[in-house]
Amino acid sequence: MSITYLEAIREAQAHALRDDPRVFIYGQDVGAFGGAFKATKNLQKEFPGRVLDSPISEDAMVGLAVGAAIEGMRPIIEMQFADFSTVGFNQIVNQASTLFWRTNVPCPITVRLPFGGTSGSGPFHSQCIEAIYAHYPGLVVLTPATVEDAYSMLLGAVAVNDPVIFCEHKFLYYHLKAEKLPSEALPIGKARIAREGRDLTIVTYSAMVHEALVAATELATEGWEIEVVDLRSIKPLDTDTVMASVARTGRLLCVGEAWPWGGVTAEVIARVTSEGYGLLDAPPQRLNAKDTPVPYHPNLWAAHRPTSRSVAAAARNLLRT
Amino acid sequence: MSQTVTESHTDGQIGSASDLHLAAFRFMLWARLLDEKFATLYRAGKIHGGVFLGRGQEALSAAIGVHLNKTDVFAPLIRDAAGRLAFGEPIIDAVRTYMGSALGPMRGRDGNVHRGKPQDGYLPMISHLGAMISVVNGVLFARRMKGIKGIVGAACLGEGATSTGAFHEALNQAAVEKLPLVLVVANNQFSYSTPNDRQFACADLAHKAVGYGVEAHSVAGNDFAACMEVVGRAVARARAGHGPQLVVADLLRLCGHGEHDDAGYIPPDMKNSPLGRDCMKLAEEFLLKKKFTDAAQIAVWRSEAVREIEDAVAQVQREPAPDPFAENWTALATENLSEGRE
Repeated sequence: MSITYLEAIREAQAHALRDDPRVFIYGQDVGAFGGAFKATKNLQKEFPGRVLDSPISEDAMVGLAVGAAIEGMRPIIEMQFADFSTVGFNQIVNQASTLFWRTNVPCPITVRLPFGGTSGSGPFHSQCIEAIYAHYPGLVVLTPATVEDAYSMLLGAVAVNDPVIFCEHKFLYYHLKAEKLPSEALPIGKARIAREGRDLTIVTYSAMVHEALVAATELATEGWEIEVVDLRSIKPLDTDTVMASVARTGRLLCVGEAWPWGGVTAEVIARVTSEGYGLLDAPPQRLNAKDTPVPYHPNLWAAHRPTSRSVAAAARNLLRT
Repeated sequence: MSQTVTESHTDGQIGSASDLHLAAFRFMLWARLLDEKFATLYRAGKIHGGVFLGRGQEALSAAIGVHLNKTDVFAPLIRDAAGRLAFGEPIIDAVRTYMGSALGPMRGRDGNVHRGKPQDGYLPMISHLGAMISVVNGVLFARRMKGIKGIVGAACLGEGATSTGAFHEALNQAAVEKLPLVLVVANNQFSYSTPNDRQFACADLAHKAVGYGVEAHSVAGNDFAACMEVVGRAVARARAGHGPQLVVADLLRLCGHGEHDDAGYIPPDMKNSPLGRDCMKLAEEFLLKKKFTDAAQIAVWRSEAVREIEDAVAQVQREPAPDPFAENWTALATENLSEGRE
């Protein structure tokens, strides 16, 4: 038996619904239809009255979740695509994220964002907007890269007493498989060393972890040992694990599928440069998507976002510095 | 687990219509005097940030407040001092929030009209208009999931908020879910300075209800008796399971948007029209005409209110201001997930 990243997300939600009567799921097409990607397949049947279709109203979806959280519930909101969460942005960044700080009443909501590029999805079904949410205080932003993390971090998200933006990568939905679901996991907020090495550190997250791992395998044939750090959570950001890795390798390449301006890669480089300047043997580098909307045609798309080839090329340049 | 709310509310205990009217009038009086005190403190430079008065909207606000139970949900807007008091907010909470006291419900982290106690169904507004409606929906939705019956949730807004996407999404959502929501729109003719002919093009905001499949109620918002009757009916309809109720009250704001605003954009003709009549005065006339009370009693209430307000202000002025060194500077309930703590 094997289980996909998408099935892990479904199973985590089934688990949460089973374990905690305060959990419910609310989103577009999540009911009898089982969601646009089938992440809630059969859940309405298994948990009657707790998996509910919403109108196409992202603002009101999140607002309703905040009200329900005030009332002690633990809602999971499914955005059909991360791109559409901008319509609910106000409720996330002004209502949900400020509630605890203003009133001392926690706001335990999980907003699931199917995000990231897949071939042919174009400008409005491909975006990586995790950094925008990470910018706001009062939110936790998670970016699982593995089937195991998709499962355990979603369970963790529902258990956290704060609003969590759960960024699940659509490219990984069907591509990634595991033998079984995990019984234990790293805590939320801790990064993971996905591959050990001593020559260069690649810090990345979500689908780019896999591009980085392929690049590391390729570079190993050239004699380079690349360490890959999977951030898992971009807020909080596990600076300690990143810094320890850079201390071992002396070289840092940050890779993100998001746009470059002011994002996660910029944040990691800012922290390492200001707090660990002396650890660096070369100027830290980063690789992001190009600063244009995400293109539709596969040829353009493949050139727009980082791939194992462009990651390997960037790493080679940095290793020669 | 199924719960039914049976706790009776203030008006239920009072019993007769005249008692309910008197209770509402007293909240109006307290609110008017409290607002005037805030305006004085603002002019004296004792309040940080803005001051927003409910002058001219007290009848509508009190009417909604006295028709809610303590177990109901209330999301007031900026001009709802009367409704807040009627819903059970102590005067001291209002004063502490305006003056930024560390002992207030918002602890100096938020101020003025941004106050509430979500755990008591009293929701503190954010500044984005229309954004509280879906939060009220969420509380009602959750209570229904828990099997709690017989409650209503009221959200107050001005006519400007009806132009927002949040208003549309939330009213439609409430209608789809048939939630016991009472949406009270105080149409005070100006959204800050923008007149109605630049805000909406429908003949009557109450017409919007048809499009959402909800019931509508129109009322002259400065007519105290009419507000009590119409708002009471809307709340009763929602409580009885007839779904969301839209109340549109036409009135005039008898002050600026905030105390920084001289409202020079309100034409004198409008101020002198029936729309510009002061609801306090009309309420007093109504109570005296009906012989529900007399002028001497009103004078006693007024002096009681002044004393209570002065006492509250004097107390808060002696209270500690928030201490930045005592702040934990984390926005998360889960402290170990917080970033940037020293």
